[in-house]
Amino acid sequence: MKSFAKALVSAVALSSAISAAPLMAEPKAEVLHYWTSGGEAKAVKALQEAFSARGGTWIDAPVAGGGGDAQAAVLRARVLAGDPPAAVQIKGPNIQEWAEAGALADLSDVAAAQNWDSVLPETIQAIVKYEGNYVAVPVNVHRVDWIWANPEVLAKVGATVPTTWDEFNETAEKLLAAGIIPLAHGGQPWQDATVFETVVLGIGGVEFYRKALVELDMDALGSDTMVKVFDQMRKMRGYVDPDFPGRDWNLATAMVMRGEAAMQIMGDWAKGEFAAAGKVPGKDYTCASTPSDNGYLLNSDSFAMFNVKGDDLVEGQNLLAELILGTEFQETFNLFKGSVPARTDVPRGEFDECAIKSMDDMVAAADGGTLLGSMAHEIAQAGAVRGAFIDIATAHFNSDMSSQEAVEKLVSAIKLAQ
Amino acid sequence: MSRPQLKILDRVARVLPQIVVAPSFALILFFVYGFIIWTGYISLTKSKMLPNYNLIGFRPYERLFQMDRWSVALENLFIFGFLFIVIAIVIGCLLAILLDQKIRAEGAIRTIYLYPMAISFIITGTAWKWIMNPSLGLETVVRGWGWESFSFGWTNSETMAVYALVMAAVWQASGFVMALFLSALRSVDQDIIKAASLDGASPWKIYIRIILPSMRPVFMSAVVILAHLAIKSFDLVVALTGGGPGYASTLPANFMYEMTFRRNEIAVGAASAMIMLATVAAIMVPYLYSELRGKKHG
Amino acid sequence: MADHSTFVPAQNRSNVGLRILLWAILIAFAIWFLLPAYVVVGTSLKDLGEIRGGSLLALPHELNFTAWRHAWSEACIGVKCTGLEPYFWNSVIMAIPSVLLSTLLGALTGYALTKWRFRGANVVFALILFGCFVPFQVVILPMAQTLGKIGITNTVYGLILVHTVYGLAFTTLFFRNYYVTIPDELVRAATIDGAGFFTIFRRIILPLSPPIIVVSVIWQFTQIWNDFLFGASFTTGGAQPITVAMNNLVNTTTGVKQYNVDMAAALITAAPTLFVYIVAGRYFVRGLTAGSVKG
Repeated sequence: MKSFAKALVSAVALSSAISAAPLMAEPKAEVLHYWTSGGEAKAVKALQEAFSARGGTWIDAPVAGGGGDAQAAVLRARVLAGDPPAAVQIKGPNIQEWAEAGALADLSDVAAAQNWDSVLPETIQAIVKYEGNYVAVPVNVHRVDWIWANPEVLAKVGATVPTTWDEFNETAEKLLAAGIIPLAHGGQPWQDATVFETVVLGIGGVEFYRKALVELDMDALGSDTMVKVFDQMRKMRGYVDPDFPGRDWNLATAMVMRGEAAMQIMGDWAKGEFAAAGKVPGKDYTCASTPSDNGYLLNSDSFAMFNVKGDDLVEGQNLLAELILGTEFQETFNLFKGSVPARTDVPRGEFDECAIKSMDDMVAAADGGTLLGSMAHEIAQAGAVRGAFIDIATAHFNSDMSSQEAVEKLVSAIKLAQ
Repeated sequence: MSRPQLKILDRVARVLPQIVVAPSFALILFFVYGFIIWTGYISLTKSKMLPNYNLIGFRPYERLFQMDRWSVALENLFIFGFLFIVIAIVIGCLLAILLDQKIRAEGAIRTIYLYPMAISFIITGTAWKWIMNPSLGLETVVRGWGWESFSFGWTNSETMAVYALVMAAVWQASGFVMALFLSALRSVDQDIIKAASLDGASPWKIYIRIILPSMRPVFMSAVVILAHLAIKSFDLVVALTGGGPGYASTLPANFMYEMTFRRNEIAVGAASAMIMLATVAAIMVPYLYSELRGKKHG
Repeated sequence: MADHSTFVPAQNRSNVGLRILLWAILIAFAIWFLLPAYVVVGTSLKDLGEIRGGSLLALPHELNFTAWRHAWSEACIGVKCTGLEPYFWNSVIMAIPSVLLSTLLGALTGYALTKWRFRGANVVFALILFGCFVPFQVVILPMAQTLGKIGITNTVYGLILVHTVYGLAFTTLFFRNYYVTIPDELVRAATIDGAGFFTIFRRIILPLSPPIIVVSVIWQFTQIWNDFLFGASFTTGGAQPITVAMNNLVNTTTGVKQYNVDMAAALITAAPTLFVYIVAGRYFVRGLTAGSVKG
């Protein structure tokens, strides 16, 4: 009898072990992303390889561009059809909005096991957490407020990369007089907004940026400082060549490379373009932050995990999350992408001098409270509010609207968008 | 026994045409009108990132019409739609008449005129963008030939960008219109023309008085197809101007997409879609009505 | 080619001037139509250095097909480095059934609407016709919900349904306007002989239809092949149509642009529709002749 009971118990144990097997299901994940070509595709491939090496099945769902951002339409279609992808590349406040809609899975367990709290700067934590729980995984940090300059061209007018906006204007005037285009720029709304936010940061300072672009303080938005920002934007309009509208950012970078233009204000993905043309940082081009009081505008890509059914898919999400924030992937990925790791403890040996400057500045900015989300790149604002900022920035830059009028329009557009 | 059965069959046979039309009609009712009603409903809610079914009234429309971007888009649609349809018809008609003059190599020329319709603007838009770029494209080339004052920077100008869209759209569609008119020209009743030329009418007069008026029905096909291209122009804007400079050349389809998918304003996007559809209906319904009404047999 | 429409009979020597003018206009338009094609083809044959360095309108230094090979079979799209080839076949699988289905339905509908004119036939036609004007951006969200409910989201069947439905308005327009020109007497005579709805369709109407079938097939094929938005929204990963893959290949948010590969990819994507227009273009014009004329 006893032995029978023993046998029964072990049989039950065995069967429960069998039924528990699906919990150890092979991880599987469908990944919706817009890094579909070139260096970006290589970077994602590194992730897919790591995922497969750990026994995962990766279903690739790449959707790039095509009318603003086709991926945004695809994601909504998938969610409404009741069939969301497991992991989706989204960023900034969009993460919060999807979490609020109850669409995102909680990653607290992985986060606790991998100790994410201690390796991520707080500004980044705030982006990927909803109500204190991790719902997305940051992949990288791009710095937005860079000036990419051709030192040879600047030397022609005896200048170096400006460190204040007054100096920027002086240098630009000298360049104009010498028949050189001071600022290489592409007149697409997001590029106009990129320049706009660096000017807000520079002219207004970190606190003003936080009030106006992050907290949407109406007094700050309607202030004289904002008028000055638009005054500076009007000056910048005079520093670009007449052919700027619609130009892709990489063609603007090429102008700096060829020495037709002296400087470009652009995020550090511009480095990839220099590298592809075989240019060396520090020699053929220099990288410097745009003038500001130690501000740092960050743009961070991340993957959010959507609520999916099936142990294999959940397993896949956890494995993906662990891999994405692992030191090894953070290093390989960011070397491909030109950005810097989101976690602060990744070995620096392989990175170039611009990346190392970016890492140092990020740590310093995080300590000094001057680390800010980019508005143009959907970190500080997303959706309607970001759209309103971009509308006004681009409308002002591309017409002869007065600064006063731009400020008035900005205030009413932001009110309307809220 | 067999009589009532026959009756049933008879009855079925009588409504067979309706039965055959029914599936197509049902599909259209659901996927076109059902979806329009859905969109209309959503335009009265506070849907943001995902559809939300709580009605709040006409607030999304109020917000829509407070947006400068929307007034620009709507105005552009009228300018673009009108010029595009008129110019494409004029050029298409002209080319058809010219090609009808016993041209050697007509087939080759016709193919050259027709091919743009085969390719999506995702592809040709980039080419046009480069051609119209002052420092890369045509302007530089023509100036290089010695015409120093030549200027072709349409895409770079707030006021001209919408005309750049018209030009590229006409480029795509006028060959197709040409094909429509060419085939119509070939099927005009020859006897009437012979009679007219025996009476001593000049070729000009024959064209203007007899041939063109007899082609009136082909205008309907041309107008419907061109209007559909105009209202659906989306890729064109994305590829050619990106809606810029600023948002000066944005069209309603692009506005709707931007609001719905990029700005998490689904209700406002739906409201803009309803206005768009209402605009088309206001123009096309009377036109189609008069065309279909005019001839008893079609 | 009709005598009537000749402004300038070739034998008339005083009209040589007019003839030259005519040719000048035709050639000017031909250049205008060919210019973008020249840019696209030219760029696809250059290497990147040449593109960065020179004018976009300059001729390529040498014929270089590397970009073409790269786009077709080597380029990485997402994590798969297969080029456009597999996606090409996805598009074929999606386009053929959609084209056939929408054409068949359009033919039957057009036939019933014109030859069996029932009460309200014109209203039905007008209602169907309005379907031409619904922009695809508007229907994505309700369509996603519907496909999800039917359970065919992310399948090729979903895409076939979508393309059939939104093609119906056009195919019905083509066939209806074509069948209107076929004399009703033909149908009436057959009815008196006791032929039914489908018999008449098969024996009398279909044999007269090839020209308009060609029109419908060309139109639908072009529309469906070139669609991007539905393809992107209702497929995933390996099942995506070629337009989506092409877009993935050429669109990079913050990466390096390879214009020669982009242009080669664009040409590969456009090849089937171009082929259809060039080969069947003649029938297209002929089909329209009979078709849209007596609307």
